[in-house]
Amino acid sequence: MRIFFLFIRREIQLSLRYSTDSLGTILFFILTASLFPLALGPEPQLLRQIAPGILWVCVLLAALLPIERLFNHEYEDGSLEQLLLLGLPPYGLALAKMVGHWLTTGIPLLIASIPLALMFNFPYHAIPLFILSLMVGTACLSLLGGMATCIALGARRNAFLLPLLTFPLLTPVLIFGAMITDAQLHALNYMPHLQLLGACFALALPLCPFVAGAGLKLAAE
Amino acid sequence: MTNISAFRGEKLVLKKVNFSLSSGESLIIKGPNGAGKSTLLRLLAGLRSVDAGQITWNNQNIAEYSYEHSQNIAWLSHQDSLKPALTVKENLQLTSQIYKTDLYAALKTVNLTHMADIPTRMLSAGQKRRTALARILLKPAQLWLLDEPSVGLDQETIQQLGCIFENFNQQGGMIITTTHVPLPLQNSKVLHLTPPTSMASAL
Repeated sequence: MRIFFLFIRREIQLSLRYSTDSLGTILFFILTASLFPLALGPEPQLLRQIAPGILWVCVLLAALLPIERLFNHEYEDGSLEQLLLLGLPPYGLALAKMVGHWLTTGIPLLIASIPLALMFNFPYHAIPLFILSLMVGTACLSLLGGMATCIALGARRNAFLLPLLTFPLLTPVLIFGAMITDAQLHALNYMPHLQLLGACFALALPLCPFVAGAGLKLAAE
Repeated sequence: MTNISAFRGEKLVLKKVNFSLSSGESLIIKGPNGAGKSTLLRLLAGLRSVDAGQITWNNQNIAEYSYEHSQNIAWLSHQDSLKPALTVKENLQLTSQIYKTDLYAALKTVNLTHMADIPTRMLSAGQKRRTALARILLKPAQLWLLDEPSVGLDQETIQQLGCIFENFNQQGGMIITTTHVPLPLQNSKVLHLTPPTSMASAL
């Protein structure tokens, strides 16, 4: 357990040193989300209607940007072998990486999505639930994306494989996630969507690290 | 007492290689490029599993990656595995924290104390190699697996490496290393690897 936290600390330290990467992700998110009102017109009613979907798509795209780097650097500079021999089982190493990805990309994206939600004319009372659903959504993304990276690790053209592996798995997360806020804005019951999103997370949390760990072991061969 | 005996045939790369090593001994693996030296080290580390034959450690079979076996091993690949943006100290921190070992003592052994706070991207190739060697010292392992440890090192440091190796051997540690140049290793066995010419009878 102690080793697990030391690994996460290393991840945070690394992302602070390569802070331009994290900033690039946030900037990408803000820029893409801001482009939609320019293209679709600034009518408040329209913006409010499309906002949940747009913000969800932009968050997912932005969070997927750095996921390829999650293990690629480690793989290329030989750190992966060193990390595997440090006494954390491969699935633990994968989970530590995923948690690290969520802490360094997921959380900044959540913070950045608050002003963007306001910009899209979200009512104030809808924001807490929106952030909560995004929180679960980004965590799912870190798990699923991390798993896909580990599977594709060492394969040629893995930048091409990665979105193909991740996006199909992410569709339920996107659908339920965007539906939550949509339902709330239309004064409908949002609990079923929230529960289904939670179920996606509950399924991904134990399964993804195991698959990822197997991928890491294969990549280190 | 520790005893590794390995008998394995791996198609194309390694064909029926045998050796055993006891506590306090060293083994130098020699052979032309592509003879399977690095592959052999990977097998011994448990990073990949054998296709035939077996590797045993204290009479226990090391089938594949296991937590117990990973703790026996300190690994130095032909890459230095350092993060260019982190300082020397930060690069080694994880290992020293996990095993609660003295980071500065290890840096002193490889003469890098004055470089501790410099990002590794500013270091020369030899200094990077020394940093990677310091990481070996930080893990209390019984077996060192070193892939060309002396690459980029100057004569003086190679001599020093000899002292480090001797010290480790005297404490009962084992060293298995690949090299193309003479290393200051006393009382070491030598294993010559040749690339297998045919796949027949490899398994």
